[in-house]
Amino acid sequence: MEFEVFGNKDTRSGFGEGLAVLGEQNPDVVALCADLTGSLKMDAFQKAHPERFFQAGIAEANMIGLAAGMTIGGKIPFTGTFANFSTGRVYDQIRQSVAYSKKNVKICASHAGLTLGEDGATHQVLEDIGMMRMLPNMTVIVPADFNQTKQATIAIAAHEGPVYLRFGRPVMPIFVKPDAEFVIGKADVLTEGTDVTIIACGHMVWKSIEALKELHAIGISAELINMHTIKPLDEAAILKSVGKTGCVVTAEEHMMNGGLGEAVSQVLSRQYPVPQEYVAVNDTFGESGTPMELMTKYHIDTPDVVAAVKRAIARKSIII
Amino acid sequence: MARKVQLFIMENTALAGIASQVRRDIVRMVSAVNSGHPGGSLGCTDFLTYLYFEQMQHNAADFQMDGKNEDLFFLSNGHISPVWYSVLARAGYFPAAELGTFRKLGARLQGHPSTDKNLPGIRMASGSLGQGLSVGLGAAQIKKLNQDPTLVYTLHGDGELQEGQIWEAAMYAAANKVDNIIATIDANGRQIDGDVDEVLSLGDLQQKWVSFGWEVLHMDGHNFDSIRSTMQQAKSMTGKGKPVVIIMKTEMGQGVDYMMGSHKWHGVAPNPEQLQVALDQLAETLGDY
Repeated sequence: MEFEVFGNKDTRSGFGEGLAVLGEQNPDVVALCADLTGSLKMDAFQKAHPERFFQAGIAEANMIGLAAGMTIGGKIPFTGTFANFSTGRVYDQIRQSVAYSKKNVKICASHAGLTLGEDGATHQVLEDIGMMRMLPNMTVIVPADFNQTKQATIAIAAHEGPVYLRFGRPVMPIFVKPDAEFVIGKADVLTEGTDVTIIACGHMVWKSIEALKELHAIGISAELINMHTIKPLDEAAILKSVGKTGCVVTAEEHMMNGGLGEAVSQVLSRQYPVPQEYVAVNDTFGESGTPMELMTKYHIDTPDVVAAVKRAIARKSIII
Repeated sequence: MARKVQLFIMENTALAGIASQVRRDIVRMVSAVNSGHPGGSLGCTDFLTYLYFEQMQHNAADFQMDGKNEDLFFLSNGHISPVWYSVLARAGYFPAAELGTFRKLGARLQGHPSTDKNLPGIRMASGSLGQGLSVGLGAAQIKKLNQDPTLVYTLHGDGELQEGQIWEAAMYAAANKVDNIIATIDANGRQIDGDVDEVLSLGDLQQKWVSFGWEVLHMDGHNFDSIRSTMQQAKSMTGKGKPVVIIMKTEMGQGVDYMMGSHKWHGVAPNPEQLQVALDQLAETLGDY
């Protein structure tokens, strides 16, 4: 049950490093930012490739339109701003000029969820996964740590089509191997188990790893899946696991409505109905606080994963 | 960047002949499905005819999404799709017979332009207003990055300028010296709810664009001499550090007497009797589809 930890970093820095690598590897990659270059860690790309970096200013709608237009001529635009301004603020621009038009734009979104912290609810978007996974043609990726965010950033450049890449601000442990291969749409099974399947994404993968220790101590064998791609969802991995465990806990730093849990429940309700419990924010806005305080207060912390596992397992014995 | 000199000039009567057929196509298309937007389409017919048959360097026979080394056009006010579809078909992008599928189930000619069904000539969906200038600017900046000397053209409704994204894009274009784009405003003064001045006045449009750092030209959108001289002037102003916009005076419904002078035919299709009245005013020059 021991995970090797490769240090502590923020996922947004993984994006910045991945983008810098792409800048060297692929002359077709261009980057756009809406006045948050430092926050998005896009400085390295900007310095190395000023001719391929476009500062849009505080005008996100225009930035998305520019990016869509830049695909015409063969470029691969990566847009960067906070998740709130990457989605809700520009939903119609993404819908028409990117998703419906099938443009090869990579919408890269930092500071997602509660762990943005002190800035408060105006910036803590918890609906973005839902908004993006509802759009046809859109691929939705939520990598779990620094290494995986870097790997995902590099991987999406080779994927033809619109992508939403969601990452965040806080420094968290790194547990994905530096040389791991990132395959869009293929879940990572982190531990095998027999009593419960935990399906998590983003920062909640680490919280679930922490939960594994406590579950192990009380004799619960949990299978943990890092579902880094929300769409297309790895249905085969879900069904294979629940066929063995018979119950599911989903864990995400997102609203319960529209998120990973809802995506998983669609698969289960149609193909293999089993008890499911949700670790997610339940129909409320966040507030100011430190990232870890907020995860505790809004019940997306390690003890919440443990409690949800116990509930899910208990429900297995109820005969309907 | 060197610009290829456009030497190809058509007779005004030839352009007028094409425009007449395009207008027939427009009213027949919208009447057949009892929906669509004839008013603005008729108003922009002369401009788009000129643009595709004389001004732009483009390859109708072999449409490429990337559009490298050819001029690009983006229709930002996508609801005037009938005029664009007709001009594209008459210019050779797809068979004119396909105009008969407009707005019908499964058609490539969607109510508003889309890339979804791969209709040649269309590089971006439009319809939700205000997005086309940003798209055009992005494409124009990549032309520069690719050292491609061709130009980007966009068309916008005047009512569309009420969308905030237009002004984000306008500010961006001047700040970044995007000087390989020519935007045109269809200044017909009308929108769905009435006159633009009554619905939400644009104020001094000339001064707005000037203060946003654009070169501003004016033309009569129903006079081919005015269109030609202004478009040539606009082209000669590209590559000099400033984006160019043309405020084009037009009449909504131009060419069909009962549609002119009102906003009422913005999004209403003529019934069969009204269609016949319209067709009686428009010569069939290239053969109806």
